[in-house]
Amino acid sequence: MNMHTLSILVQNRPGVLTRCAGLFARRGFNIDSLAVGRTEDPSRSRITIRVDCAQHSVDQVQKQLYKLIDVLKVQELGQSAVELELMLLKVTSAPERRPEIISLAEVFEAKVVDVGPQAVTFSCVSSPDRLQALEELMEPYGIRELVRTGRIALDRDGELGRRTRMRVVA
Amino acid sequence: MDSETPITGAEAIIRCLEAEGVTDVFGLPGGAILPLYDAWAACDHTIRHYLVRHEQGAGHMAQGYARATGKVGVAIATSGPGATNLVTPIADAYLDSTPIVCITGQVQTHLIGTDAFQEADIQGITMPIVKHSWLVDDVRDLPRVFKEAFHIARTGRPGPVLIDVPKDVQLTPFAFSYPKQVDIPGYKPSKHGHPRQIIQAAEAILAAERPTFYVGGGAVHSGVSQEDLIRVADAAQMPVVTTLQAKGAFPDSHPLCIGLPGMHGSKAANWAMNRCDLLIACGARFDDRVTGKLDAFAPGAKVIHMDVDPAEIDKNRQAQIPIVGSLEHVIPKLADSLESRANGGPPRAAEWLATVREWKREHPFRYRNTEPLKPEFVIERLRELTRGQDVIWTTGVGQHQMWAAQYLEIDLPRRWLTSGGAGTMGYGVPAAIGAKVGRPDAIVINIDGDGCFQMTMQELATARMYGIAAIHVVVNNGWLGMVRQWQELFHDERFSETLFEPDLPDYVKLAESFGIPGFRCEQTGEVDVAITAALECGQPCVIDARVDHEEKVYPMVPAGAPSAEMIDIAWAEDDNAWVEEGV
Repeated sequence: MNMHTLSILVQNRPGVLTRCAGLFARRGFNIDSLAVGRTEDPSRSRITIRVDCAQHSVDQVQKQLYKLIDVLKVQELGQSAVELELMLLKVTSAPERRPEIISLAEVFEAKVVDVGPQAVTFSCVSSPDRLQALEELMEPYGIRELVRTGRIALDRDGELGRRTRMRVVA
Repeated sequence: MDSETPITGAEAIIRCLEAEGVTDVFGLPGGAILPLYDAWAACDHTIRHYLVRHEQGAGHMAQGYARATGKVGVAIATSGPGATNLVTPIADAYLDSTPIVCITGQVQTHLIGTDAFQEADIQGITMPIVKHSWLVDDVRDLPRVFKEAFHIARTGRPGPVLIDVPKDVQLTPFAFSYPKQVDIPGYKPSKHGHPRQIIQAAEAILAAERPTFYVGGGAVHSGVSQEDLIRVADAAQMPVVTTLQAKGAFPDSHPLCIGLPGMHGSKAANWAMNRCDLLIACGARFDDRVTGKLDAFAPGAKVIHMDVDPAEIDKNRQAQIPIVGSLEHVIPKLADSLESRANGGPPRAAEWLATVREWKREHPFRYRNTEPLKPEFVIERLRELTRGQDVIWTTGVGQHQMWAAQYLEIDLPRRWLTSGGAGTMGYGVPAAIGAKVGRPDAIVINIDGDGCFQMTMQELATARMYGIAAIHVVVNNGWLGMVRQWQELFHDERFSETLFEPDLPDYVKLAESFGIPGFRCEQTGEVDVAITAALECGQPCVIDARVDHEEKVYPMVPAGAPSAEMIDIAWAEDDNAWVEEGV
């Protein structure tokens, strides 16, 4: 595994996600996670993608992305980037164990979003690593359902552009 | 081009084509594209439409037209199966970087997604094989989309684009105005190449002891002048290999040219690439048919890689000196740089050049010219009987294509149209028709195989209807010859499903049924008669050349083998010595 996080700024047009995702599939780049949404400019969207570059260089991935007409900019985000992900987690919880589970979740700043007779549902926004830790901690109680958004990320102020691979324009 | 009164989307498409200078299009109507065809008949315009017999033919004709003329080819089809029949030409154009605009009808916008009659998501189907595509759901976008489509198709690394236009959009009136400029924020192809890199390349070339100039199809598509390519080669006095797509970009008859590398390339070309200490790639993409086993390819070479597409740099082979830019701009600057640095003394590479020339002299392409009639002989006679004339050659894919590449001599670009990357059987007939439409002054000869010819031969009807006088030579061995060759060499002669039979159909009668002449030759003595008759008849025609089905294409690099290790038939001299030495 050789994971890289790419932040891809695209024109907000029909099919743009298919074009990007299709490119990854057909060139044999494995996607670990993918999140897409609009940016501060409604005509543009940002796709945040974690890609396994064991087979191909991240450089080649970026160059292929740049060939898509709707792709405006591709940045590789470094270790210092702010990376967050949302997880929803439904944990089996008999009434007597509820306080224990909730207090455990609080350590991770997870919020209770639903309580039922036999289960509690949490939401948690955190780094992918911490979400993983929360999941492992809840495992013994019984995880009924779990969903993650895929990470979104931004470079920290001042970092922007340093790792930006600008289009090669001579 | 602006209209005072509103016009329909259909008429707007015609005005867009006019605005782009289009004079010829190839297509076939159907339900969802009917409004466009209605406007075609109703409006005043001067664009000629060629009615094809199968949409694949329209696509390949547009390709042949584009590659022969350097202009953008246009193909039109209806929705559903009409559009999917364009998929093969689009894939072919994508791999060989041919600029074509495909216009497809689509079901009405309110029916999209309902599995309506003749509905196919052609934009989705073609997404991996287009440079870009559009589904136009608002008629007001049509002019901008056409402007962008032609711009994207022809600039940078050229390629196919697709415009899908729903029927109701074609029928909607609007105030037409064609944009003068194109503004695509995500599309800025590199042009000039980094000056420092170009200087570095020139210095490396002059310092090299064994440089080899590896010229690819980009040298044709970019429009770089042949004179500038020759200046580069001359300044360094280095051998030049031209890939299948580059045949003619650099003159075959030039003393520095050693021709075709790769799977069926010459020994000289493959050895030159493998033994060089500097490989100067120019619009070439290190395709597996050229390199053979990649790890073993040109093991001692540093690489200069010039290409307009940055994604080609380091894709298959690491480049020490990458230059991203249009060859049209890069090559003249490289030539200037080389010429200003050459000190006038003998080039360092003189000894190397002598060695490569010796290889070329000792190992030409050759065959034993005995009966039954040899396909190589037919191609040599075609070459000789048209020598000195302006000939555009097209081919299908397979043995005949490789023999044509080996035995034809082509000295100018855009005279050799062949399906390389995709290897599309059936390319030859329609590509020849498209080329002849674009270049009616040239002799156009399609060297085809019997397997390929049968895939698109219905376009002889198109040729006959419009009097498009390309000559179609069926190199007829009655087999899927290249597959047969692999079966013979690598599959213990199990000839599984490759026999076609030379009389099925009777190609002379077939030609006659289309109302065009057919000529047959079965022996060496009959070849010139048939070719001369075909050249003189002034109409589209077919030559059925019955050739030896056991003849194979040599030399050959087996798939996945190092390209320096070619197999060949045993000649009197021991010319496989190099292989055993392990070049």
